[in-house]
Amino acid sequence: MADQSALHKTRDPLQEIKLPPVDYSRKAYSFLIWGVLAALLIWGWAPVEMHKAVSLVTDAQNMASYASGFLQPNFHNWPLFIEEMILTVQIAVWGTVLAVVLAVPFGILSSENMAPFWIVQPVRRLMDAFRAINELVFAMLFVVAVGLGPFAGVMALFIHTTGILAKLFSEAVEAIDPRPVEGIRATGGGKIHEIVFGVIPQVVPLWVSFSLYRFESNLRSATVLGLVGAGGIGQILWEYIRGFYYAETAAVIIIIVVTVSLLDILSQRLRRMLI
Amino acid sequence: MTVAIQVADLIKSFKRGNRALRGVSLQVEAGEMVALIGASGSGKSTLLRHVSGLLLSDRGAGSVQVLGQPVQQQGALAANVRHVRKDVGVIFQQFNLVNRLSVLTNVLVGLLGQIPAWRGCLGLFSQEEKRRAMRALARVGIAEAARQRASTLSGGQQQRAAIARALVQEAKVILADEPIASLDPASSRRVMDILSRINREDGITVLVSLHQVDYARRYCPRTVALKDGEVVYDGPSEALTPNLLKDLYGADLTEEMLEGTKGTGRTPPRASTGPVQVSTELAVAAASG
Repeated sequence: MADQSALHKTRDPLQEIKLPPVDYSRKAYSFLIWGVLAALLIWGWAPVEMHKAVSLVTDAQNMASYASGFLQPNFHNWPLFIEEMILTVQIAVWGTVLAVVLAVPFGILSSENMAPFWIVQPVRRLMDAFRAINELVFAMLFVVAVGLGPFAGVMALFIHTTGILAKLFSEAVEAIDPRPVEGIRATGGGKIHEIVFGVIPQVVPLWVSFSLYRFESNLRSATVLGLVGAGGIGQILWEYIRGFYYAETAAVIIIIVVTVSLLDILSQRLRRMLI
Repeated sequence: MTVAIQVADLIKSFKRGNRALRGVSLQVEAGEMVALIGASGSGKSTLLRHVSGLLLSDRGAGSVQVLGQPVQQQGALAANVRHVRKDVGVIFQQFNLVNRLSVLTNVLVGLLGQIPAWRGCLGLFSQEEKRRAMRALARVGIAEAARQRASTLSGGQQQRAAIARALVQEAKVILADEPIASLDPASSRRVMDILSRINREDGITVLVSLHQVDYARRYCPRTVALKDGEVVYDGPSEALTPNLLKDLYGADLTEEMLEGTKGTGRTPPRASTGPVQVSTELAVAAASG
């Protein structure tokens, strides 16, 4: 009852309440951002030949006849397809596991709450370099260095993924709760003890999640490493596409899609088990 | 008697210029159980964190020694602070256990300062060390929870696990920073009983900061009171009468610090208009149900 009488007293000021002033600078800012985006799109229209989009409709006949070639996938060579697909998975597994092993120390060394800046900055720049170069480019470099074959593919995935995982791992480390770490420091533990008992148990769920996700991405990447001679199913795929073998190309693509989906389901299960 | 904790002229300023400690000196004899009381922001936690070496004082201002060994001097951490830390167990308000590890592993962490570093890093603890941890857990009454993850325990049980960690560490000094501030009254009493028992039975020196004067009077023979970063009282807890507290803190703060004397422990709701109170509770019940 007491607060109702309080309401009565304050009714008049509430009736005359003012709206907050419009923030024009904010409005102008948002117009500017949309304007810049529009200008970028117009600028790029001619260079990327967007005018050809009409041919998607006008040449629909061509497209249809091309697509019909894919409608009868030819699996006659399936033992080779399966063998190459398994090799592709093996490349992805090796590349990812090596990357995870290296990303743990690199990730911790590039976390601001774990290492001093004169270590963090150089390590981060190195990881930037690992990340900046696409795995296909690394694959070409390693094909030259270690010769044609799957090992070049493993090395390419390994280096590129180390850069990505180290960054993701360090972000998880920077977001930990510092209190359990303090608890371990207070018992007389050293820096390594703090990491093993205080930091890693906190970040393991995220690390597992990131690693499994990268494994899925690496499997997709591994299917194209063959294009540059770094082994796996990409090699046959490339040959079939170049030779206009639509039916075989379709079969290989189906095998890739099925494998990627299966491993996707598997890694989902794994993640749920581990976390 | 030997001196367990020796704090001299400690000054600590935080950024933005406010001074948390303004020349605090304190001496605790071995085997004592001392309460550190004061309102929020009076510097209790800051002082305890200086004693454990988790915070450093201002440059050139004061020193801390534990069991005759320097922890920090003139704002610099002692070189062999890990050696001192082995003898100091710290109990935190938020327990500071590692949630995803088992209770047993959390207790075994207390051994890290005593075993070879490589063995600690790999988490290789011997059967005897595990038995030691189990004995400590049994003493605080949660041996049956040893295999559970720390996060599955109640607050009171987590705090007891933290005490077990200090026991396994064979700490000679225990610093407890508001150990019961986030616990219910029954758990609070349990935790304080355990602290007081290990003080009596093992001769461990205990310095415990408390929010409520009642617990200080019941469990600790000696009380040190802080106000705005200065020691305003240091003497027998029995002498801490409401009148003396009013002198030290003024009427408002005294009321806050005496809450819990009626047995509720938690801050009881302020006396407010009855009907409004009931309706809020109903609203909460409806929302959660």
